[in-house]
Amino acid sequence: MSEQKNLDGASNGRLLAWIDERFPLTQVWNEHVAQYYAPKNFNFFYFFGALALLVLVNQLVTGIWLTMSYKPDAQEAFNSVEYIMRDVDWGWLIRYMHSTGASAFFVVIYFHMFRGIMYGSYQKPRELVWIIGMLIFLVLMAEAFMGYLLPWGQMSYWGAQVIISLFGAIPFIGEAMATWIRGDFVISDVTLNRFFALHVIALPLVLVLLVYLHIVALHKVGSNNPDGIDIKKNKNEQGLPKDGIPFHPYYSVKDMFGASVFMFLFAVVIFFWPEGGGFFLEAPNFEPADPMKTPEHIAPVWYFTPFYAILRAVPDKLLGVIAMGMAIMFLFVLPWLDRCKVRSIRYRGWQFKANLSLFVVSFLVLGYLGTQAPTPFLTLLAQIFTFTYFAFFVILWLTSPMEKTKPLPERVTG
Amino acid sequence: MTEPVNQKRRNFLVAATGVVGAVGATFVAVPFVASWKPSEKAQAAGAPVDVDLSALAEGQMLTVEWRGKPVWVVRRPQASVDALTGVRDKLRDPDSAESLQPDFAKNEYRSLKPEYLVMVGVCTHLGCAPLYKPNAGAISADWQGGFFCPCHGSRFDMAGRVYKAVPAPTNLEVPPYRFLSDTMVRIGENEQGVA
Repeated sequence: MSEQKNLDGASNGRLLAWIDERFPLTQVWNEHVAQYYAPKNFNFFYFFGALALLVLVNQLVTGIWLTMSYKPDAQEAFNSVEYIMRDVDWGWLIRYMHSTGASAFFVVIYFHMFRGIMYGSYQKPRELVWIIGMLIFLVLMAEAFMGYLLPWGQMSYWGAQVIISLFGAIPFIGEAMATWIRGDFVISDVTLNRFFALHVIALPLVLVLLVYLHIVALHKVGSNNPDGIDIKKNKNEQGLPKDGIPFHPYYSVKDMFGASVFMFLFAVVIFFWPEGGGFFLEAPNFEPADPMKTPEHIAPVWYFTPFYAILRAVPDKLLGVIAMGMAIMFLFVLPWLDRCKVRSIRYRGWQFKANLSLFVVSFLVLGYLGTQAPTPFLTLLAQIFTFTYFAFFVILWLTSPMEKTKPLPERVTG
Repeated sequence: MTEPVNQKRRNFLVAATGVVGAVGATFVAVPFVASWKPSEKAQAAGAPVDVDLSALAEGQMLTVEWRGKPVWVVRRPQASVDALTGVRDKLRDPDSAESLQPDFAKNEYRSLKPEYLVMVGVCTHLGCAPLYKPNAGAISADWQGGFFCPCHGSRFDMAGRVYKAVPAPTNLEVPPYRFLSDTMVRIGENEQGVA
C-alpha cells in the first residue's frame, strides 16, 4: 500500500524520502498522475492520446534497433533493408513493427485530431495544446517522409523527388533551396545520408520535446471532455472537481485496456497484413531506386494522400503547393476560426454537425483520390472535394457565432 | 546596504550582450547552413557526356545520364516534326518564352536540328520522369504523340512543349549540347563552352 501513503504524502519509504529530498519525484507523480483530475466521462475517442505515446515508444525502440543493421548509403541501403528482412534474427518483425507503426501512428493521430475538432478541445483555454499538437503533426509528417526515403526503393526515391521539388515552386529562391535541401542536383547518396541523420536524431528529439510540451500545456489547463464543459467549476469541499477522477488508477487502467486491444490489432496487421495491401509499404518500393525511370504511377503512403490530392487538383504548380500548405495551416488557426461558445458537438447547432460531416467526407474522398492515377474525371472530383475541404473552415467561421446551440448541462453526462 | 540598481546601465549591458550573442550565433550558423550545399564532389560529377547516335532508328528514344538526370535523345520522324505546328493552340508556352533552353533551341522544334530532340527527362512540375508515348491515341483519344508524366498527368508534345490545363508550368528543359559530328552529340557543352 505504499502508493496510498504517497498519495497522502505521509510516511514514505526511506529510499523515496531520500530521493524526494533531492528530486521532486512524489510531487511530479502526484501532479501529473496520481492527483491529476481528469473528467470522469471520457469515451472511446480519449484512448488515442495515450495510444499515440505508445506508438511513439514503439517507433523509437524499433527505430534504434533498425539503425543497428541499416546502412545509410545509396549503394547499400536497399540491400541492408533486405538483409534485415531475411538474415537478421527477428529483423523482419522489428522492421514491420516500424513500417506498420508509422501507419498506426497516423491512424491514431487522425483519430486524436478528429476528437479534438468534434469536442472543441482546441477552444479557449486549450489553444496552445492544439497548436503544439499541430506542430507534432507537422514534425511527424516530416519524420515519416524522411523515413520513407531510407529503404531506397523506387517509391522512396521518386516520392522524395516529388516532395523536394515542391520547394522549387517558390519564386526566385525555390530551385536553389531544393538543391540546398538535396545537397545535390538530384536526390542522391548525399540526400539519403542527411535524411537519415534528420530521421534518427534531429526530428525524434524535436518530437519528444513537443510531446512533453503538449502534456505540460494540457495539464496546466486540464483535459476537455465529450460534454465540453469545464469540470473545475464544480468543486467539492476539498477543492477537487466533483466530475474529476485521478488519472491513476482510473485512466491508467482504462488506457492499459485500450493499449491491449490496440496491440492485439496491431499484431494482427504486422503478422498477417504487414504491407497493408500496398498502402503501408508500396509495391514499387520492393525495387531498388532507379533515377532513370519513374514508376508508372506515383502515390505517397496513404496518410499523405489527402494533401497530395489537393496538390494535384490545382492546375498550377505554385498555387498547388500553396493550397497544400494552406490545408494544414488552416488547422493551426482553428481555435480562432471557431467562434462558437459551446465546445462539444453534442450541444452545437446543425450547421456544425453538417459542416464537420462534410469535412470528414472531403478528407476521406481526397485520401482515396490521392492514391489513384489522375484522370480528368478524378481530377474534377479532387477539385470539388478540395473546395469542400476549405469550405469547412470558411463555413465554420461564418456560422459558428450564430449557431443555435443546446443548453449545456451543469455536470458531465454519462 | 545594497547599492541602488543602475537600470540604464543594466539595460545597456543586456542589450549589448544580446547583440554580440546574436552576431556570434549568425556566424556559427554559416558553416551549418553552408554544409548542406552540394559538395565539391557533387559539383564535379557534372562533366559533359558524349552520345553516339548512329544506332538510333527513326522514332526511337535513347536515355543517357548527365548530372544524375536522365537526358533523352529522340530521333523524330519527319511526320512528327511537321505535326508540331498543328498543336500550337493547345500549348501553354508554344514559343518557349517562359521555359529553360539554350538560345539555339528556342524554336518550334526546341532543338538544334529538327530531327534530333535532346531534352532533360524531368517533368517541370515535380521532377518525375515523363514517359515517351509517340503513338497517337496512346494516352487518350485526342493524344497526338509526345510525353506523358504518370505522376500528375502533365502532357508535352513531341518537342517537349507543355499542353494547357496540366500541372507542369513550363516546357521540358533543353540542356546545352552540340554536335561533334553527324552522329555524335556532346551533352552539357555549347558551342560557347561548358555550361
